[in-house]
Amino acid sequence: MIPAPFDYARAGSAEEALSLLTEHGEDAKLLAGGHSLLPLMKLRLAQPSVLIDVGRLRDLSYIRDAGDHIAVGALTRHHDLETSDLLETEAPILKHAAGEVGDPQVRHRGTIGGSLAHADPASDLPAVVLALKGTLVARSPSGEREIRADEFFTGFLESALAPDELLTEIRIPKVAGLGWSFQKFNRRAQDWAIVGVAAVVDGERTGVGLVNMGSTPIRAAAVEAAVAGGASAEEAAQRAVDDAEPQADLNASVEYRTHLAKVLVRRALEEARA
Amino acid sequence: MRITMTVNGRERSSEVEPRTLLVHHIREGLGLTGTNVGCDTSSCGACTVLMDGESVKSCTVLAVQADGADVTTIEGLARDGEMHPMQQAFQRNHGLQCGFCTPGMVMAAVSLLEEVPHPTDREVRLGLEGNLCRCTGYQNIVAAVLDAAGSTQEAGA
Ligand SMILES: Cc1cc2nc3c(=O)[nH]c(=O)nc-3n(C[C@H](O)[C@H](O)[C@H](O)COP(=O)(O)OP(=O)(O)OC[C@H]3O[C@@H](n4cnc5c(N)ncnc54)[C@H](O)[C@@H]3O)c2cc1C
Ligand code: FES
Ligand code: FES
Repeated sequence: MIPAPFDYARAGSAEEALSLLTEHGEDAKLLAGGHSLLPLMKLRLAQPSVLIDVGRLRDLSYIRDAGDHIAVGALTRHHDLETSDLLETEAPILKHAAGEVGDPQVRHRGTIGGSLAHADPASDLPAVVLALKGTLVARSPSGEREIRADEFFTGFLESALAPDELLTEIRIPKVAGLGWSFQKFNRRAQDWAIVGVAAVVDGERTGVGLVNMGSTPIRAAAVEAAVAGGASAEEAAQRAVDDAEPQADLNASVEYRTHLAKVLVRRALEEARA
Repeated sequence: MRITMTVNGRERSSEVEPRTLLVHHIREGLGLTGTNVGCDTSSCGACTVLMDGESVKSCTVLAVQADGADVTTIEGLARDGEMHPMQQAFQRNHGLQCGFCTPGMVMAAVSLLEEVPHPTDREVRLGLEGNLCRCTGYQNIVAAVLDAAGSTQEAGA
């Protein structure tokens, strides 16, 4: 399978990427690792007429201590996340979950920015960034703005990014020492999650994200509120689908997904508190 | 578009369409047919090559993305007519049957040992999770990689 023809432009800097985006408008797509976009293009489910390759913007690939948060460049690959010592201490759930994405080959190419911008409800990292209450930084020709993770995912494969915006950074609050858990339920090691749960437990600031429980990555606000109110893991888990709209697919019916979400939220909260 | 990459130590320059996949460039453009296409959907790992030393699925990389990169395919592993220690370990341990998955398995395994020189059995299995084999049941593939890790250790000692 070969994608439909397109023009290819390689950006040498973030500024160049932005001016290329402005020049080519809605027909253009950014290409980072290509591990979500190219499979879609091979199936002709996406047919951009111009690809703007930002894959070489090394200055957008970093994991830095920025005082009260960790700053992660949008072009940072899953492999760099899963081997980061800084994340090991400051946001271990992100390091761990990045190591659960696909397989080593996928992690050598795929980026955190691509994972978030793609806004796939079945992806692991969006749920993790929701649980961490992260902030996304988007740059356009008119400047830079911050978008809260829970306001970023707007629809199926749709995000709050405007067509002329480049995601540049993800800001992750430091959660050193807090309990956390990432539960990914699948049938085979390399597979996507049938259902997944990311949890960072911190009393009133507890964060819980759900994978594959609706048309977007889901923040389980009802579970968070229950935990903040002192509920047990078992009780809080009963609220697992309050914010979700699970869909049926080849892997699972709505009933099965609902069941899985409750079981996995309970396990996640128990593990995070252990 | 004109691209240049170093393939198995040799600089190769070619004109490609932007939509050309790296695997097709390698097989059809450069005539190196050791790299196989299994699934064409990023699932099986048969097309695995090294790009700047790291395993990638070449059916999911555009040739233009590899412009300027150092690419190693299965043909580039042997040195002076002697097979790479990983290839020898696959042979010694009978780590293949039909052989279709083998080039990809070997490249993924070489990349794994670069990152984890002395993996456990579990680390080998996880490290090869992106590579499917329809024949062997994986047992001897894992044995081969563990064996190669041992022999690399001896060679380096
Ligand atoms: C076999 C396979 C298995 C996988 N398994 C999993 C899994 O288990 N869990 C999981 O979470 N993911 C999985 N993935 C997806 C993988 O994580 C992708 O790498 C990731 O979703 C997208 O990152 P990318 O850099 O490849 O993005 P690309 O494919 O390059 O881009 C994806 C989308 O984001 C846009 N985009 C990219 N970067 C930016 C940016 N900086 N600013 C604005 N827009 C941008 C692009 O225009 C495109 O629309 C799998 C992929 C494959 C091929
Ligand atoms: S042919 Fe590339 S992963 Fe199967
Ligand atoms: S040896 Fe036949 S597919 Fe692996």
